Amino acid sequence: MTMTSNEIEELILKSFPNAKITIDDLRGDGDHYAAQVVTEEFRGKSRVQQHQMIYNAMGGRVGKELHALALNTSAPKD
Amino acid sequence: MEENTKEKIKDIIKDNEVLLFMKGTPVMPQCGFSAAVVGVLTHMGVKFNSINVLEDAEIREGIKEYSDWPTIPQLYVKNEFVGGCDIIREMHENGELNDYFNNAGISV
Repeated sequence: MTMTSNEIEELILKSFPNAKITIDDLRGDGDHYAAQVVTEEFRGKSRVQQHQMIYNAMGGRVGKELHALALNTSAPKD
Repeated sequence: MEENTKEKIKDIIKDNEVLLFMKGTPVMPQCGFSAAVVGVLTHMGVKFNSINVLEDAEIREGIKEYSDWPTIPQLYVKNEFVGGCDIIREMHENGELNDYFNNAGISV
């Protein structure tokens, strides 16, 4: 099963409405994406925590419906 | 997750200073993401042990719940979950991983 980049973006935005999101379909197969997410909510969180927040926002789809979502997360730079 | 699976995972992590849960083996990785982390650790010269989750369905599912992390590979150093492929790669590129191992008393 695959997902579109819009679906991924919507799921992330649902949890983090102010996030800046960039999504790349790495192989054009709808199954390997890279997402860059920048949001204030990441401030003070470890990278593991930031990725866990995204995985939670994706509602258990990563590793199942979606084989790969490479993540790059950060809080906005001042 | 069953209690004995959790205990089993806890014991393996405790018994191995640097432990990589991966698909396949360091010599024959079965997934590009696992291969990438093996590549980083090998490049750094870090001694590590690995668990091939493809050989153990119980651990394969259990470790995801244990770490609250949905994908493999997963790297543990001295009982602490360090991250998956993206985090390890990023930490390697910016030099953080080297510091991390130094602080943990692991020779690189």
